[in-house]
Amino acid sequence: MLCIWLWACLLAAGAARGDAPVSVEFLPQWSPQSQFAGYYVADAKGFYKRRGLMVTVMRGGPDRPAGVQLADRRVAFTTLFLTEGIALRDQGVPLVNIGQIVQRSALMLVAHKKSGIRTPDDLDGRRVSVWDEFRLQPLAFFRQNHLSVSLVPQGYTPNLFLMGGVDAASAMWYNEYHVILNSGIDADELSTFLLADYGFNFPEDGIYCLEETLHGNPEAVRAFVQGSIEGWRYTFAHPEEALAIVMACVDAANLPTNRVHQRWMLARMGDIICPGGDCDDMGKLNEANYLFVGRQLRDNGIIQAIPDYQEFYDPRHATP
Amino acid sequence: MTRATRHPKRRGLALRLALFILASTTLIFLAAFGYSHYHTRRLVLKNVSAVAMDRAASVVLQIEIKLRSVEALPRVVSRYLENRTVTDELVLPLMHDMVAGSPEIFGAAAAFEPHAFAPDQRFYAPYFFRKGSAEATFTQLGNESYNYFLWDWYLIPKELNRPVWSEPYFDEGGGGTLMTTYSHPFYERSEEERMFRGVVTADVSLENLVADIATISLYETGYAFLISNRGAFLAHPDQTLIMRESIFSMAEARKLPELRTVGKTMIQGGSGFTAMTCPHTGRRSLLAYAPVTAAGWSVGVVIPEHELFADIRTLNRTVLTIAAAGLTLLLLVVVAISRSITRPLQHLVGATEEIAKGNLEVQLPEVRTGDEVQVLTRSVDEMRVALKEYIADIAETSRAKERIESELKIASAIQMNFLPKRFPPFPDQTAFDLYAALAPAREVGGDLYDFFMLDPGHLFFSVGDVSDKGVPAALFMAVTKTLMKGMAEQGSTPADVLGRVNAELCQNNETAMFVTLVCGILDMATGDLVYSNAGHNPPVLLRAGKRPEFLTLPPGLVLGVAEEAVFETRTIRLFPNDRLLLYTDGVTEAMDADDQLFSDERLLGETTGMAAETPRQMVERLMAAVHAYAGGTAQSDDITVLALHYRGSH
Repeated sequence: MLCIWLWACLLAAGAARGDAPVSVEFLPQWSPQSQFAGYYVADAKGFYKRRGLMVTVMRGGPDRPAGVQLADRRVAFTTLFLTEGIALRDQGVPLVNIGQIVQRSALMLVAHKKSGIRTPDDLDGRRVSVWDEFRLQPLAFFRQNHLSVSLVPQGYTPNLFLMGGVDAASAMWYNEYHVILNSGIDADELSTFLLADYGFNFPEDGIYCLEETLHGNPEAVRAFVQGSIEGWRYTFAHPEEALAIVMACVDAANLPTNRVHQRWMLARMGDIICPGGDCDDMGKLNEANYLFVGRQLRDNGIIQAIPDYQEFYDPRHATP
Repeated sequence: MTRATRHPKRRGLALRLALFILASTTLIFLAAFGYSHYHTRRLVLKNVSAVAMDRAASVVLQIEIKLRSVEALPRVVSRYLENRTVTDELVLPLMHDMVAGSPEIFGAAAAFEPHAFAPDQRFYAPYFFRKGSAEATFTQLGNESYNYFLWDWYLIPKELNRPVWSEPYFDEGGGGTLMTTYSHPFYERSEEERMFRGVVTADVSLENLVADIATISLYETGYAFLISNRGAFLAHPDQTLIMRESIFSMAEARKLPELRTVGKTMIQGGSGFTAMTCPHTGRRSLLAYAPVTAAGWSVGVVIPEHELFADIRTLNRTVLTIAAAGLTLLLLVVVAISRSITRPLQHLVGATEEIAKGNLEVQLPEVRTGDEVQVLTRSVDEMRVALKEYIADIAETSRAKERIESELKIASAIQMNFLPKRFPPFPDQTAFDLYAALAPAREVGGDLYDFFMLDPGHLFFSVGDVSDKGVPAALFMAVTKTLMKGMAEQGSTPADVLGRVNAELCQNNETAMFVTLVCGILDMATGDLVYSNAGHNPPVLLRAGKRPEFLTLPPGLVLGVAEEAVFETRTIRLFPNDRLLLYTDGVTEAMDADDQLFSDERLLGETTGMAAETPRQMVERLMAAVHAYAGGTAQSDDITVLALHYRGSH
């Protein structure tokens, strides 16, 4: 009797969700790497499928800007830095943050110790390369320390820095910093300034979709956010398995990277998603942080007004 | 002394010889082998280092030639573009011809700063490239999604203000081939300054170079590789490493800090030859490296150590095998030689042990080696024979000695029987008492004494000493005693008796022996004593109640020397309880341990205490005194003492 009753309940649940799974596309904002391990793992381990969602993880990269793809409705879900999300919203793109994954900024400045740079003050009058899209944090940092630096545009590699073209360069802790280490420069030969440590903690990767998706298919949104969070939790619990999944994606994309680098990146993602080993805030966008980033964007003329926090961030799907 | 021979633990001569020779030969061999091995290795390393460095240098040279030849065109074109009004008509044919005319160039571009070509045009970068084997294809680079201002090939030469070879990359448009781009900046120059206007680039495929390097092989699995100035692998036999792994990521993945150190030296333009652990095989390897200065790359040549030394190992194995065989042979030879030496010795040892046990009949082994062992064997045999003869001699001698000794015993018994032994000699006589004793130094002696009654009123007594000792003296004594008795019984004076005895003894006395003698006749009724002397010691006269004194003897030559010798007779009268003590020189000349004589004085002293003693006591007392005086000193002469106690007639 009990068995039959249970079976009937399951049938009813299936019917309520709809029998045909929903197909969606997801675009990470950059090429396959451990930065997106949680999503690859969720896909590979069936965490989306189990929630009735068929996710196609698309290959990201510089030739496929995620924000543009989302605005053009070519993908349902994407990841974006918070700054980019706010800027797009300000520009009128009706996107919503449905889960803030990365809590802590990995952006840093790196300099050769032998060039005499050891404290922020030593950067005064130096040539520093910054990424155009991530210039806000370093600029605020320079202002705070009353530094006058000569800005040099930074490309897609740290090669200009490695070849001595600039005194300091921007780097993501999880990526370029390790690239520099693996270009034959030892950690103790470098001075590093993690901008989050100087009060400029801009939360980074968050999951975004358009308002219409949020309202039209809330089950799919919830399934994606919950599946992704489960993917990240699984990743940090099983780093070597996650690494193998990432490497499979990397190899499929024929990218010039290696396992050592991806292992480093995975470990650093753990540091910025779960600062101090605490994963409780995964998916949550802290309002104070949001307003701080918004003010920085507004004060630097990047946005007109700070979008309303309630409209920008929907916390419902990140909570279990 | 026990004859139990304790044999020390036997370690045969053959074994010791073999061990010593083998051990020292092995030591010498190992020393030589080690030295040779060490130097061969060094020699091989030296040669290999030269070969590997040559190889690296030749690879470097190939790459340099190709890169340098490519560098020329962008240099010329950028120079040409400086300070010129640039139009499509000027640039496009130039760039087209640059690609079309240079088979080594895959593509070429002239990329301008924003609005530098035309004020309304942000991007201007005409690019000609080969697509397959076709003519050079044209395209304009640069749009919102390909912002070339941020790409290394443009940005780095601009910021560094010098021509630069880019970090190699996989070109998607070029069919995923490995490419590198040479970018030469050009400027708008005025008197005071120069203004950056753009770069002229040339793309080259690294495919050919990489293929060449990847096919290089040294020894079995030695190989060459090429790394970029960031340490990324550009050429490597393992294709999957190319552009993915760097020498530093390998160092991190395989936990080889030494590889990281070498990598740093390599990308800093160093060259050298070093030992390291190969990240692929995990084996110790040798690495020669040299820089490609044009692009800041570095070429490495890796040779696994175990292959380098494979020939040496083979040689070592052969040498060791030969050595082992040689040493085994040596062992056999040494054992054989030492056996040949020690086998006769062992037989000899067996034989000598038999000899030591006393078996002199043992047969010694036949040895014909002609060496010391043969000599030794012969000597031992001679010793055996000599021992045997000596022992036979000794047996013979001791038999003879035993016979003589037994004869001497008989002679001694006979001699003693000559002398009167019965005391008291005349039990019915009350006028006197008499006692005598003779202690020969050997079995038979030359002393004599005698006494007998000439008639019921007269006692004849005598004490003598033959000049020699032993059997001849004994015979001479026997003759003398017999003569004395015979002559005395014919009735005459003592001097007359001595004269006649002397005459007899001198007849045929070829041995020139002689005898000293004193004799006397005591008239028991009167106590008158007539006596005579033939060279003898004076007797001690102990008159009753007086001190002892030597009896004054008439002069007289010893008997048996001179036929015409004349003897005198003296007379004294003995009174009752007078005592007379006769002796031979065995008493006065007895010697103590310090060779001091007993002496006449000591004799008189000893006699003083005899005033109340019987003759027997007197004799025994004197004998005891002499023995006590001599102590342990062997008796050298016969000792004879005769004591007479005159009681007087009643």
